[in-house]
Amino acid sequence: MIRLDDVWRIFTVGDAEVHALKGVTLAIERGEHVALVGPSGSGKSTLLHILGCLDRPTRGRYTLEGREVGALSEAERSLIRRNRIGFVFQFFHLLARLPALGNVELPMLFAGVTAEERRERAARTLAAVGLSHRAHHRPDQLSGGERQRVAIARAVVMEPAVLLADEPTGNLDRAAASEVMELLEGMNARGLTLVVVTHDPAIAARARRVVRLSDGEIQGSGVRGPGSGHDTTPTGTRTTVPDPRLGGG
Amino acid sequence: MRFLDLLRFAAGALRGHRLRTGLSVAGVAVGIAAVVALTALGEGARRYVVDQFVALGSNLLIVLPGKVETTGAAPFGGVTHDLTIDDFRAVERLPRVRRAAPLVVATDTVHFQDRGRAVPVLGTTAAFAAVRQLAVASGEFLPPRDLDEGGNEIVLGMKVADELFRGANPLGQVVRVGSWRFRVVGVLAPRGRSLTFDIDDDVFVSVRTAMRVFNRSTLFRILVDVRSHPEMQATKHDVEALLRERHRADDVTVITQDALLAAFSKILDALTMALVGIASVSLAVAGVGIMNVMLVSVTERRAEIGLLKAVGAQDGQVLAAFLAEAVLLALGGGVAGVALGAGAVRAFVSFYPSFPASPPLWAVGAALGLSLAVGAAFGVWPARRATRLDPVEALAGR
Repeated sequence: MIRLDDVWRIFTVGDAEVHALKGVTLAIERGEHVALVGPSGSGKSTLLHILGCLDRPTRGRYTLEGREVGALSEAERSLIRRNRIGFVFQFFHLLARLPALGNVELPMLFAGVTAEERRERAARTLAAVGLSHRAHHRPDQLSGGERQRVAIARAVVMEPAVLLADEPTGNLDRAAASEVMELLEGMNARGLTLVVVTHDPAIAARARRVVRLSDGEIQGSGVRGPGSGHDTTPTGTRTTVPDPRLGGG
Repeated sequence: MRFLDLLRFAAGALRGHRLRTGLSVAGVAVGIAAVVALTALGEGARRYVVDQFVALGSNLLIVLPGKVETTGAAPFGGVTHDLTIDDFRAVERLPRVRRAAPLVVATDTVHFQDRGRAVPVLGTTAAFAAVRQLAVASGEFLPPRDLDEGGNEIVLGMKVADELFRGANPLGQVVRVGSWRFRVVGVLAPRGRSLTFDIDDDVFVSVRTAMRVFNRSTLFRILVDVRSHPEMQATKHDVEALLRERHRADDVTVITQDALLAAFSKILDALTMALVGIASVSLAVAGVGIMNVMLVSVTERRAEIGLLKAVGAQDGQVLAAFLAEAVLLALGGGVAGVALGAGAVRAFVSFYPSFPASPPLWAVGAALGLSLAVGAAFGVWPARRATRLDPVEALAGR
């Protein structure tokens, strides 16, 4: 379902070229739960942005559900983001002025869904993440875990093919993190493809497959045997290649 | 994205920053209020002048002795032939003339008992009231009478009556002008404004009497009331031709209301446009204010813009959302400004009730249209900056 063939991402900073991804080749099947791990600056966020059609590969092919999306126009890519991809971020990125329900409605707003249908679908999705009772609370009235569950509801309300989560528990305490992961895993169990970027070994250990990145290259990709509790992937060397647009980390 | 959803989304974003929104709305409101108030004053000035001319009688031709080439200003100059009562009789008989009135003017003191007041004394005929559209408050105007008869009736302007009689009923009383005695037959209704004379401070006697009292043999003016407005030019030519033949010379000037009115109207339109131009400067300042606010907003809301893109908002939709915010700001300012401007004009009118200032409808419409245009014009650039943001950078929130 997701195929990356020799994908490079090269940023030009001044006269220097920074290689954030160096020939990444990766295939992710429908319904997989993959963890992308690696030290800061290893290129895992860049990879996630490319998977999410927020960024384009400098070289190489990215095929999503059989379509080569790296070459599509910006308008077509935004349609793919709208309909096929859900994002969950470390810092939630909820709009502070909108209540939970309004935040979940947001993707449907731009898709031109009618107000009644938006409300109905958003309420149903909020119920699925267990937050019906918080529908009319604004983000600043919600706990971190609740905020991330609202963000997950927003990510899945358009019924995407793949959910991309960038450090989804990075800002949560252990209990909330576990709740959020259980929610994501539940969705994955019902067929949603799940890609989680994390540097938390405990979170990575929950994935069926761990892809380890280092210095812009895949160091190893291992399928964890159920219940083994151990990652079969060798540990990558610690190098730091920050996404230069983000000015570090 | 549906249009109403777009507006609601934009309005929601504006509500999130009440103070900033309020200030930029206020900026536009001041500009629009200035446009509305200044056009109202300009229009008021124009209407004031037009009213003055209408007060003179809209179908009025004024015949005066002497030839001056310029129209549009009160002509004066060398007199070769005077206007006479016989000239007047001839003019009066012209086919397109509904009625005409001769005019002799002198200033003298009118006495009642021990009170006296120096006023213009106008010698004319009964037709004058109709030609100048004067209304009588009590009694009647000069009686219709053959031109050669004098008569000792006098009609007082309201102010003269008030000053001389101090509230007593002047009708039937006797006043003196020099050594001549007159019987008051009427008092004019207050008129107030008129370009040439303050009608309220005039008195009227019959033309023959005035010529005798002031020892005049000629007329100051002949006022002609033309049958219908489209015949003004033709009648003007008739009068000129008639008097050319009678005087064997081209030595009178006939001026129309329209010529004067058009000249004044042009000047006052220019004045109005100048005022609007000044007001537009403040509107441009307000537009730059909106642009500034929207730029700050785009910078502050980078993460939001990144998110909108991540959830599938297309560039056009992001552009529309931010443009809608700018337009709503401007339109809010437009509505507030129209209210503010109308309020200012009302306040002005309450201090100067005789000044007919009210915001013309076209100005209100133009002001709202203008605010819309300002919002759109000054909102485009910030909105384009929003759409150009790289979502990855924007989401990083730095």
